[in-house]
Amino acid sequence: MSENGSSPALQIRDLDVVYRVRGRDRQVLREVSFSVGRGESYGLVGESGCGKSTAALAIVRYLPRNGRVRGGSIEIDGKDVVRLSEGQLRRLRANDVGMVYQNPGTALNPAIRVGGQVAEVFTVRGVERKEAMERAQAALKKVQIADAGSVMHRYPHQLSGGMQQRVVIAMALAKDPTLLILDEPTTGLDATVEAEVLDLIEHLQGEFHTSVLFISHNLGVIAKMCERVGVLYAGRVVEEGPVETVLQDPRHPYTVGLLRCIPRGGVRKDHGRLDTIPGFLPNIGEAPPGCVFADRCALVQEICTQDEPPLEQLGGLHSSRCYFHEQARELPRATAANLVLPAVDRTTAPLVQFEELGKVFRQHGQSIHALTGVSAAIWPGETLGLVGESGSGKTTLARSLLGIVEPTTGAVELDGRPLAPRLGRRTQSEIRKLQIVFQNPDSALNRRHSVRRILRRALKKLANLTGKPAEDRLKDLMHSVRLAERYVSARPSQLSGGLKQRVAIARAFAGEPELVVCDEPTSALDVSVQAAILNLLVELQAQRRTAYLFISHDLGVVRYLSDRIAVMYLGRLMELGPAAVVFDGPHHPYTEALLSAVPTVDGGGRERIRLEGEIPSAAEPPSGCVFHTRCHRKVGEVCELEEPPLVEVEGGHLMRCHIPIDELRRLQLVPGEVATA
Amino acid sequence: MTAIAPAIAQRSEVSVARRERLRALVRSKTFVVGVLIVGWWVFWAVVGSSLTPHDPLDQTSSVLARPFGHYWLGTDTLGRDVLSRVLAGATGVLKVAPLATVLGIAGGTVIGLVTGYFRGIVDDSISRLIDAVLALPLIVIAVTAIVALGTSLGTLIVVIGVVFMPIVSRTVRAAVLAERDLDYVQAAKLRGEHAPYVMFVEILPNIVAPIVVEATVRLGYAIFTVAGLTFLGFGLQPPAPDWGLQIAENYALLAGGSYWWTVLFPGLAIATLVIGVNLIADGLQQVLDR
Repeated sequence: MSENGSSPALQIRDLDVVYRVRGRDRQVLREVSFSVGRGESYGLVGESGCGKSTAALAIVRYLPRNGRVRGGSIEIDGKDVVRLSEGQLRRLRANDVGMVYQNPGTALNPAIRVGGQVAEVFTVRGVERKEAMERAQAALKKVQIADAGSVMHRYPHQLSGGMQQRVVIAMALAKDPTLLILDEPTTGLDATVEAEVLDLIEHLQGEFHTSVLFISHNLGVIAKMCERVGVLYAGRVVEEGPVETVLQDPRHPYTVGLLRCIPRGGVRKDHGRLDTIPGFLPNIGEAPPGCVFADRCALVQEICTQDEPPLEQLGGLHSSRCYFHEQARELPRATAANLVLPAVDRTTAPLVQFEELGKVFRQHGQSIHALTGVSAAIWPGETLGLVGESGSGKTTLARSLLGIVEPTTGAVELDGRPLAPRLGRRTQSEIRKLQIVFQNPDSALNRRHSVRRILRRALKKLANLTGKPAEDRLKDLMHSVRLAERYVSARPSQLSGGLKQRVAIARAFAGEPELVVCDEPTSALDVSVQAAILNLLVELQAQRRTAYLFISHDLGVVRYLSDRIAVMYLGRLMELGPAAVVFDGPHHPYTEALLSAVPTVDGGGRERIRLEGEIPSAAEPPSGCVFHTRCHRKVGEVCELEEPPLVEVEGGHLMRCHIPIDELRRLQLVPGEVATA
Repeated sequence: MTAIAPAIAQRSEVSVARRERLRALVRSKTFVVGVLIVGWWVFWAVVGSSLTPHDPLDQTSSVLARPFGHYWLGTDTLGRDVLSRVLAGATGVLKVAPLATVLGIAGGTVIGLVTGYFRGIVDDSISRLIDAVLALPLIVIAVTAIVALGTSLGTLIVVIGVVFMPIVSRTVRAAVLAERDLDYVQAAKLRGEHAPYVMFVEILPNIVAPIVVEATVRLGYAIFTVAGLTFLGFGLQPPAPDWGLQIAENYALLAGGSYWWTVLFPGLAIATLVIGVNLIADGLQQVLDR
């Protein structure tokens, strides 16, 4: 579509965007400048509230009504977007810019068949209906939808999340845009699906030479997908440069801090706490006179709070907005690493024991086998990490432990005594011992109740405390989750996500529980907040010897926190073993595929293993080994006919696979070495 | 560690939000006009006949005087001042309709909470019963009940309130369904809370907004129903200056085309009050739904 080949696909200069809130302009983006060259992919990274999405919206003038571009220019293909008329703007959106947002479910019209929606991209440009449908089908084929013909006739809700996102990408690319804006396109997807979508975008970008602006909070994804990256903090680009340079040699204290927050490179809780970034993002519209990061920076000097540092050129396109960029890498730790964890004693009786647990849901006359013969144990003070794609039964397992879901077969034992399957039949002391921290802190707290009320009620029900003793315990509890006392009368809406999660953790710990289910407790949080919450969980475990059943799709997080890891697939345990063994291998082929799917900051390392197709329906699980339909190491007929048992392959390491462990070790080592070499 | 000092500005955010909402209401023309209209009628309902230009029950010799003369809105067949009767007529309606609404909201909320929270067989059986009730025209049920129980203000309140319950319960049930699967409800169950606590202490405060809107909408209908029932002779009895009753007493005179004022003004009174209430409902809905 480009007539003007010399100008970059996107050029933003000194962009100022303000939101008008309560009669005052609050600046969200300050003098943001960056450009996306032709065929280049540029990453914009930062935590929530730093202005990433505002930038994406401003580029196509989709700002909400109270938002406004106050200064600077945005040029797409040499056209100044800010000065376009309504008609020109519509043509720009129709022809030159493709956008893909986080939630594909809301980007597609639920009432129109997929084919019709994709075809619309062409019909708005005057292509005839019949030809548009043909081209739509071709577009779907391009995004590697095998069964494009039948997908055309389906409604969006009949497709999985990954498939929906492919359709959205197909629509965005169908117009052969000059610029493709991807705003957190894989954030809601499973790791394996995310990996496939990222592969697809990478492949398409190579094929179409599209220029891509990739917005994400996930540094690993940015590392995989982008050539250059800009780090956004409080509406400012604080560091910019080629991806490898910025991630391997960060020169801004914020980037350094962000990278340190991420549990990576096999770091585990017994190595100590994660580092964190102290303090909070400044409020929207607050403009400190000096550096925007000064009040959270450990390298801060007087000059930082007085004059805004200029964007210093460091050579090789790398630039940083910091006076002390040379010392940035030596940023002192904000959180001391030292931490003593009591050892887990597995010679004693386990705290919780799952005995051949099975759960069948009846749905529309079908039987959904959510859990099949799951047996596992959790010892006091240990963390059992639970991983697997969505639909693998992780949540059902945790819920049957808590008594929210009644298992169809098998039993759960607590301290050697069987637990009633239904919550209502359990004693208050059993209820007290098992608690949960939910994924979404917004819905986990009653928005009409104050922090005090939430915690006092938990203390009353779980610790049987009222009056003065309850008030004292409340203070202890808030102190132990590092929640300042002045929040005691706050309502959840007044707290940030991280603070809400602390309240939720305090509530779970009110009655000195023996096991806490953590259901993706940090996946809704920013990485710097995540690090603080993970530290908190580890500290509480160290002090109180609480056991965790930790569910997460973030394998780095699971590895950091877990002593042992259980890998689930279609309601079955595929592998169970000490964290280090499960991660370092030899591992089950499914675990291998899961691990290879995760984009890491360090990049490379593992060869990507593609899982064929989608997770099969739990209503009709495949015969034999349930994983055989997608397994890249399938040995033959035996996999289709016979389900392998879960057997101990070496000390404490259980696996469900026909391939002998030594064979797996050989298979998994050799290609790995080749890939890194 | 990290949980230190975010902005102090956050402190009073709840009261700010509340003030903000109040300001949005005051800025909403719909709401303000509604309040003015309803306020006017509430004023007359409270002061009653003490401030009306004439005694609404006083029969004079100037029968069926035309409006805009000595009697601003004319007089009726018994020579009673229409203006005074219309103004004083607010009292009855504004006593019965709000009380009936409160009763209907209270009962409907409880039913809605129970059906929405328990689902399953409780929900199915109660909901089918409600469907059956809703299938009958409101006026028919009301008339039957009043005939059976006898006419009094109390009966009128109870009948309208009870008829409203199933309607209100549907709205409440829908709101409960959206809340019951949220994690805070799970959290309450997981610390051993009993159902009534979860329903009334955890869920109820979170569904106040739709209930408030429903209450204003119901109030409009209640006013209409009261007027309708008194028109049919099942509400206040003569010589009370009730709007429905005034229309009933005089509508036979409409036939010739003359004497329209005896019916038009009480009719307008009903219409303005209902419109006023509905304007308030609209205003509230716009502000609370955001």
